[in-house]
Amino acid sequence: MSTNGTVLTPTVLIIGAGPSGLRAAAELAPRVSGEVLVLERESVAGGIPRHSDHPGYGIRDMGKFIDGPRYARILREQATAAGAKILTNATVTDWAGERSVNVTMPDGRVRVDARVIILATGARERPRPARLIPGDRGKGIYTTGHLQNIIHLKHGKVGKRAVIVGAELVSWSAAMSLKHVKCKTVLMTTEYPKADAYRLFSGPGKLFFGTKVATRTRVTRIIGKPNVQGVEIENIDTGERRIVDCDTVILTGDWIPDNELARAADVDIDPVSKSPIVDAALRTNKSGIFAIGNMLHPVDTADVAALDGAAVAEHVVSYLRGDRPAGAPLSLTADAPFRWVAPALLRQHDPAPPRRRLLLWSDTYVPFPEVVLRQNGTVIARKRLWWPAAPGRVFRVPSSLLSQINWNDGAVTIGLAK
Amino acid sequence: MSNTQNKTYDVAVIGAGIVGSAIARKLAGYRLSVALLDAREDVGDGTSKANTAILHTGFDAKPGTLESKMVREGYHLLSEYAKQTGIPVEHTGAILVAWDDEQRDALPGLKEKAEQNGYAKTEIIDAAEIYRLLPHLGEGALAGLSVPDESIICTWTTNLALATEAVQRGTELLLRRRVASIDRVDGVTNLYTSIDRISARWVINAAGLGGDTIDQLFGYDRIHLTPRRGELLVYDKQARPLVDKIVLPVPTALGKGVLVSPTIYGNVMLGPTAEDLKDRTDTGTSESGFAFLRGKGEKIMPKLLEEEVTATYAGLRAASDYPDYLIEVDTEQQYVIAGGIRSTGLTSGIAVAEYVDELLRASGAIQLVERDNLPEPPHMPNIGEAFLRPYQDAARIAEDPAYGKIVCFCERVTAGEIRDTFSSPIPPCTLDGLRRRTRAQNGRCQGFFCGAEVNELLESRGKSVNVPADPNANVASVEVTK
Ligand SMILES: Cc1cc2nc3c(=O)[nH]c(=O)nc-3n(C[C@H](O)[C@H](O)[C@H](O)COP(=O)(O)OP(=O)(O)OC[C@H]3O[C@@H](n4cnc5c(N)ncnc54)[C@H](O)[C@@H]3O)c2cc1C
Ligand SMILES: Cc1cc2nc3c(=O)[nH]c(=O)nc-3n(C[C@H](O)[C@H](O)[C@H](O)COP(=O)(O)OP(=O)(O)OC[C@H]3O[C@@H](n4cnc5c(N)ncnc54)[C@H](O)[C@@H]3O)c2cc1C
Repeated sequence: MSTNGTVLTPTVLIIGAGPSGLRAAAELAPRVSGEVLVLERESVAGGIPRHSDHPGYGIRDMGKFIDGPRYARILREQATAAGAKILTNATVTDWAGERSVNVTMPDGRVRVDARVIILATGARERPRPARLIPGDRGKGIYTTGHLQNIIHLKHGKVGKRAVIVGAELVSWSAAMSLKHVKCKTVLMTTEYPKADAYRLFSGPGKLFFGTKVATRTRVTRIIGKPNVQGVEIENIDTGERRIVDCDTVILTGDWIPDNELARAADVDIDPVSKSPIVDAALRTNKSGIFAIGNMLHPVDTADVAALDGAAVAEHVVSYLRGDRPAGAPLSLTADAPFRWVAPALLRQHDPAPPRRRLLLWSDTYVPFPEVVLRQNGTVIARKRLWWPAAPGRVFRVPSSLLSQINWNDGAVTIGLAK
Repeated sequence: MSNTQNKTYDVAVIGAGIVGSAIARKLAGYRLSVALLDAREDVGDGTSKANTAILHTGFDAKPGTLESKMVREGYHLLSEYAKQTGIPVEHTGAILVAWDDEQRDALPGLKEKAEQNGYAKTEIIDAAEIYRLLPHLGEGALAGLSVPDESIICTWTTNLALATEAVQRGTELLLRRRVASIDRVDGVTNLYTSIDRISARWVINAAGLGGDTIDQLFGYDRIHLTPRRGELLVYDKQARPLVDKIVLPVPTALGKGVLVSPTIYGNVMLGPTAEDLKDRTDTGTSESGFAFLRGKGEKIMPKLLEEEVTATYAGLRAASDYPDYLIEVDTEQQYVIAGGIRSTGLTSGIAVAEYVDELLRASGAIQLVERDNLPEPPHMPNIGEAFLRPYQDAARIAEDPAYGKIVCFCERVTAGEIRDTFSSPIPPCTLDGLRRRTRAQNGRCQGFFCGAEVNELLESRGKSVNVPADPNANVASVEVTK
């Protein structure tokens, strides 16, 4: 069947069937009149968890502790059962209008006109060129995403000795996948000092850490062609360099949102995280265009992404009713050691952000951080938290802090007490 | 060593880069048996794959040289050939920018030089005009020279089209054969390669960086090549709106300098460096190269550096101690060299082939009789961003849903295109070969999403393409308005 020239007209179009998009679909389908359509470019819906064949999914949103593929399947089934329509192998390529996109799929090239569009396109890890790692172009260099596609979806193999670049949560996931195909992790490198990196690991990770993590280290060169033979690493403090033999290099973390469609729509983008800037109701500056999931906070766990999807439903329903945000927003920006904060647009009468949390990214490890909100340079609110701010994972701060904002005053920043 | 080909070719061309492929194509148009040899696994895997891919007018060549003539003629010949075969070209034009007084003072000389090179359309423009044309150019440009016909082209498709046509005209493509030694017996040259012996009456040396070594095998000592590495940074497609012309520096004795240019695939490139090396295989990138390029980029277009880098690579120019292209015929040994073709060979390749043809004809030492019923030139798949690609082509998708199944999301490469390469006259046998034919995995994610899938398609030689009959994909049941 050819559908050329066809125009689909769902009420809500969700781009991306990862946890955030699928959960939004499940919540919205029963609540809006007309269609809720999800478009997914991969051949199966589910997003990253589908490739991530290890337990650790579903904690906050389902009260479960399950593996990625199973988690993805449940989300898929829930969305379909709720009446949402999911089309796979369907790539949104560009915009055809304000709330209208062009889509390529085996069934044809179609246009989709919607009243609301939700961007849920996720995030990816920066590959080698984006990290500007010089050297030879040998085979054996992967991101975690690429690695897990090879191992879990295609049942393929990699080499025998791997160096993992990064020591974050996702790096640990890479180590587990390597173990699965009997590839030995000979070293993990991290630019963070020992204390900061160490605290990211728990239980078995700490044992692993003791032997294999090189802290304050960066990769300065990849050696070997046609196959990788080693990496040159540098101690950032001493400048000393040495070569580690390996045939596999896994580049982990260093996330960047898949923001192409957002930028093409001229949605305002955070200069640091490169994510679309949203308010607490997950609205972008373009009317009727919302953004959810890891494209807003690269990256948090899947359950948090899914709960964005749950939260956005209410705001989309309200938009469809004709409600529009009232008043000009104040901007919220992050002070060091934080890189970015989301949401970054605040309005007096906006609802609370998803899970009543502000999400931040920290560059250093801070135990018991005392978070402060400043307006015009003066501290207007402070709160000590019992959980640490740590690099390599999202730091969550209760949004109750925002109640102290003077709405007639200027921009707000979030940082730490001096 | 055995002559696996079991015959004596009229001509063996060493090197399946742009120059060798163009020569093989030309000579295969005569009643001659032609072999095209290369040390690598694929055509176009040497310098011809890693350059800045500019179709040069030759405005800045050294007037009166063979290079000047070859580039000027090559520009027109390749433009014409591109039209016939569908090689993507964009006539963006270039602006050469002067950043200080000395450079500004050099502009009239450059204009005059362009005219001596037979190119009369350059114009000196002031700073206001430069910033009108290049609003994102860094501060401090004083004046410039516009070169309206400098263009960007796909070097991969160029090489592949020439080699494909050579093969379609009957050339035998013999890959994975590094010529290590030769001897000549009774008017026949035996080329001893890494796997066999190839015999031919005539040998054409188009071995790029290996050209001087081959030349020495024929007893010469007239040219010495140095690999001059050029490193490049390719920025994300989101940088493309920043610049739609080639931004050139004022050339110096050391070379053409660092440019910023749109690429035919919709990206923006910054480079190349110019560094003389010893190792003729060192196409690695370096820390110092990246730092140097970022330093240049900071001045030329600071906004570019805020974008993500999608790819980094390095190419090796065949820099030579010979002051010009070296193209000569040795009738006694029945040997031709097309060497020293340093930084302009993409543009000049077809002209070099014409020139070799002329020299051969003039020598009278070989019979050149045109063949009749030459096949039509090939029509190459389009991988240029500015022209209709299969994923956008509704009619094509309707005919074959494989063109609607996007495999590489970043570059929008479809299963149909990947599948087609395996039934083409010169199918890919490596991931790099597939990348050069389709752009698969050349994008911003570098395989995060599609790497495993693309590899599976390569291993199955396109057989794992399955365009699913997704039960959900029944679009007609969605609310539809025509
Ligand atoms: C290696 C790894 C291990 C992880 N381990 C865990 C874990 O143990 N526990 C946990 O909770 N979280 C884990 N995570 C994080 C989790 O996977 C993410 O938080 C979650 O997938 C984010 O969901 P999302 O919906 O925002 O984006 P994604 O899951 O990335 O989904 C986005 C979807 O959008 C689609 N898409 C993008 N652009 C387009 C387009 N133009 N057209 C159509 N479709 C498009 C993509 O194909 C994709 O399917 C891990 C992540 C990685 C990479
Ligand atoms: C950084 C850079 C930028 C450039 N930019 C441009 C540009 O913008 N425009 C332009 O017109 N030109 C440009 N060039 C120049 C252009 O790329 C070259 O002039 C052209 O590719 C040369 O083609 P070739 O066929 O002579 O050499 P190659 O492509 O190198 O082909 C030679 C072939 O010979 C084979 N070979 C070598 N020795 C042997 C042997 N012993 N046995 C068998 N096979 C052998 C090799 O494997 C190789 O495939 C640039 C070059 C570089 C490096």
